[in-house]
Amino acid sequence: MAAPVVDGWFPALALGVSLLKCLFINAYHSTDFEVHRNWLAITHSLPVSRWYHENTSEWTLDYPPLFAWFEFGLSHVAQHFDRNMLVVENLNYDSPMTVLFQRLSVIFTDVVFIFAVRECCRCVQKQKGSRDVLNRPSFVLAVLLLWNFGLLIVDHIHFQYNGFLFGFLLLSVAKHLQSQHLQGALLFAVLLNLKHIYLYVAPAYGIYLLRSYCFTQDNKDGSISWRSFSPLRLIALGSIVTSVCALSFGPFIAMGQLPQVLSRLFPFKRGLCHAYWAPNIWALYNMLDKSLAILGVRLKLLEEAGLPRASMTGGLVQEFQHSVLPSVSPSITLICTLLSILPAVASIWRRPRGARGFLRCLLLCALASFMFGWHVHEKAILIAILPLSILAVESREDAGIFLVLSTTGHYSLFPLIFTPAELPIKVGLMLMFVIYSFTALRKLHSGQGTLLHPLESVYLLGLVVVAIACEIIFPLSPWQQKLPFLPLLLTSVYCSVGVCYSFLRLYVSLLRQEEKPKQL
Amino acid sequence: MQTWSLVSVCVLLGVVVRWGVSLNSYSGAGKPPMYGDYEAQRHWQEVTYNLPVQEWYFNTTENDLNYWGLDYPPLTAYHSLICAYIAKIINPEWVELHKSRGYESPAHKLFMRATVLVADLLIYIPAVVLYCLYLTDGSSKKKVSTLFCFLLYPGLILIDYGHFQYNGVSLGFALWGVLALGLGWDAFGSMAFCLALNYKQMELYHALPFFCYLLGKCIKLGPMGRGFFLLVRIAATVLVTFALCWLPFLSDPSQALQVVRRIFPVARGLFEDKVANTWCSLNILIKIRSILSSDSQIYLRLLMKPTFWQFKLALANSSLAFFLFSYQVHEKSILLAALPVCLLLSDLPLTVIWFLQASTFSMLPLFLKDGLLVPYVVTSLAFLFFSIYLLSALEHCSEEELRLGAYHKLLFFLPKLDLACIVRWKFYISVAAMAGLSIVSVALVPPPHLPDLFPVLVSTTGFLHFLGTFIYFNIVQFSGPPSRKNQKKND
Repeated sequence: MAAPVVDGWFPALALGVSLLKCLFINAYHSTDFEVHRNWLAITHSLPVSRWYHENTSEWTLDYPPLFAWFEFGLSHVAQHFDRNMLVVENLNYDSPMTVLFQRLSVIFTDVVFIFAVRECCRCVQKQKGSRDVLNRPSFVLAVLLLWNFGLLIVDHIHFQYNGFLFGFLLLSVAKHLQSQHLQGALLFAVLLNLKHIYLYVAPAYGIYLLRSYCFTQDNKDGSISWRSFSPLRLIALGSIVTSVCALSFGPFIAMGQLPQVLSRLFPFKRGLCHAYWAPNIWALYNMLDKSLAILGVRLKLLEEAGLPRASMTGGLVQEFQHSVLPSVSPSITLICTLLSILPAVASIWRRPRGARGFLRCLLLCALASFMFGWHVHEKAILIAILPLSILAVESREDAGIFLVLSTTGHYSLFPLIFTPAELPIKVGLMLMFVIYSFTALRKLHSGQGTLLHPLESVYLLGLVVVAIACEIIFPLSPWQQKLPFLPLLLTSVYCSVGVCYSFLRLYVSLLRQEEKPKQL
Repeated sequence: MQTWSLVSVCVLLGVVVRWGVSLNSYSGAGKPPMYGDYEAQRHWQEVTYNLPVQEWYFNTTENDLNYWGLDYPPLTAYHSLICAYIAKIINPEWVELHKSRGYESPAHKLFMRATVLVADLLIYIPAVVLYCLYLTDGSSKKKVSTLFCFLLYPGLILIDYGHFQYNGVSLGFALWGVLALGLGWDAFGSMAFCLALNYKQMELYHALPFFCYLLGKCIKLGPMGRGFFLLVRIAATVLVTFALCWLPFLSDPSQALQVVRRIFPVARGLFEDKVANTWCSLNILIKIRSILSSDSQIYLRLLMKPTFWQFKLALANSSLAFFLFSYQVHEKSILLAALPVCLLLSDLPLTVIWFLQASTFSMLPLFLKDGLLVPYVVTSLAFLFFSIYLLSALEHCSEEELRLGAYHKLLFFLPKLDLACIVRWKFYISVAAMAGLSIVSVALVPPPHLPDLFPVLVSTTGFLHFLGTFIYFNIVQFSGPPSRKNQKKND
């Protein structure tokens, strides 16, 4: 559906956020900075055959080969900034020029993201009779995506290349919304070979393309028409995916290193939860387990000595056990994830609702994997928040869910940036995003009632209380020495309530839509 | 979108930008024995906390005035004292007498930067918000755009949050003064301006326009009757404010005299920066005498026509005159001219943006010395782009909008050329020249026989821009009041 041309305001937004990112060049950066420096060094200084075997540094290469080639390309620019960063032995090397180069590389590769956002804005429906630029869905979407708090914090302070990767994802989604499915498939195949975490949303792509692209027509009642199957399209899709994978993994298969590469890509020895529990179902599960254990000891139902002493928050290699509730293994999480995405995927098979139905399914797959996955990082909530922005500017119900999910999800990223110097930036950007998203979405969907249920508003206000407690009161209180993990626990558990709630609401909206099929 | 949410977003963005700049280095970082302005402020906290009031401005064994002795009026000292109390609670080592000299640590830097932010949030930023919302005209979107550009002015951000100073406090008080005068609260405005004056003596740059405006207003209201009562009220406010600020020093005349001697030093200082400060303070007194003879037209006009529009222009012209026609003025004093010019952002966007960018550019050598190149580039680009885009500065270049009035006919020999086109091209060339000089200052090494080539080129270019702006504002001030709605509102 054609949309108005994005005029002067889009470059203004893009330039503004890029300049803002430049101000964070000297801010705190996490160990991810050293991870990427190490990968620059590995890909530049070592032959391809050694890339996935190298382990001088603890941060071994654990992204698929296309990303390694991307780092290889970057390293050729890096050598003009500071040659020493490309020496593998220079662990934790962070000269000013290294920092400048790495930060600038993130800012520049964000151009993919900016381009993708522009395409998404073109796909969004135009609201009738809105002359005010600020009140157009495309403008609101552009701000929600370009100035997304989570991306700014994770990419430009914590340090990662998520903008670049999300650019591919959003561009692929935009292509599907524009009915250019082959391009969308190509982009997704590239994305999978850049970072394999997007396997979470591959089922949505697979089922959607199979159902809506390979079967060219539907029966009148919307059900599948087996005779309209087009083998040509299936072959086209298959060849695109296989050729991209071949390009990426080919050299390693030829060298017989495929098992080694796969073992690097899928390390299952890590614990159920990261050191900081991602706000998913397992955080609530852990919390329940701990509370039951404490309750059991108090009520003399359990022996304290008999409880396993392992911690659930071990870093890299930790086996753990729950004390009261049954322990959770990787296969259980996989089964839970598959069960949870089954209804969503089934619904777009039985009653496809075009590209927007696909988007909703993608969202649910992402959120379900976040909820039930193994060793999920809280940054993964962004895979759900960003696509939801597209739906939020078009539908009132989705806008309400977006407000809850984005505020909670963004708040759960706060512990990532724990240095006092970055506190004003973190709080300032969060407040900016919250104020903007609430007022803009409310104005966009005005006249149809309130966006949020009173209970939801109370919950979100509770986030302020949690924030003050964790950032201000706790560091000055006597519990700081005895229970240092308390703020992390509180944040994680409080946010998981919000995330679980959003997940359920999204599912309900999908299933409710299925009862009354609409033409989109 | 509602105005309050747009305003909040702008203010928050302004705060984030300021804090982003503050992550960088400060003046004199890691440069013993004297360090820089950052160390000066820390030293004043040390002195005011540990010594009794009577010794703050005197040269004693405990207080060596050659090492960053206090040379600002008492309000700065009280502010340092408050900060010192907080510093003592957090970490006493920061203000320990003598031992804390040259103290530098990340925690301390965080504390100092936080004090600047708190002062800004309490004084400067609310004044800017209120000014833009209530004393500028246009749609609410235009007001918010003006607010955003005002908050984004790079010069003040880089000096306060980069180099390290508290200009936001004195300029903030002065802005409260202007705001109050614009809303008709004359006594409150005078009090605010006295506070500004008692914070930094450089505010004397703004003193004459305040004086002439208020005097003119009193005369206009009738020298016998309401005007007289107003005059009495203002005079009483000023005296009481000064008395309260100088209270600890009034008990002994030698105390008060010493403070005056410190803030208007007659004897030369020993170091470069001190010399600039000396001349800066001294020339104010010299200038006042000469101004009353030569540039008096500015003040006479204001006296006769005390409108808010004339007041703003007089502030701009007066501070520019002080800055331009004195020698050895510290480059940071351009901020005193920048504030009144910011007030004209919504009325004369192109010239104001041009001047503000030139003023930031003129301080480039200082920024390079402090290691603030990246913030300088980023904030300048952001300011230029957003102010031109949001205020549509390049579109409003017609003769009427430039407020040249009848004068443009005198300046124009070739009537075929379009004034707007010429102005736009001059702007582009000027920005290109500033950008070029910036790049050259950073990238190239000056020839050995001309080591100060680039700073001299920068200040010359700056001077030419300021001179041009000064002439332009003088023309605007004398070409008559602005048309349409402005007049009714500002009278």
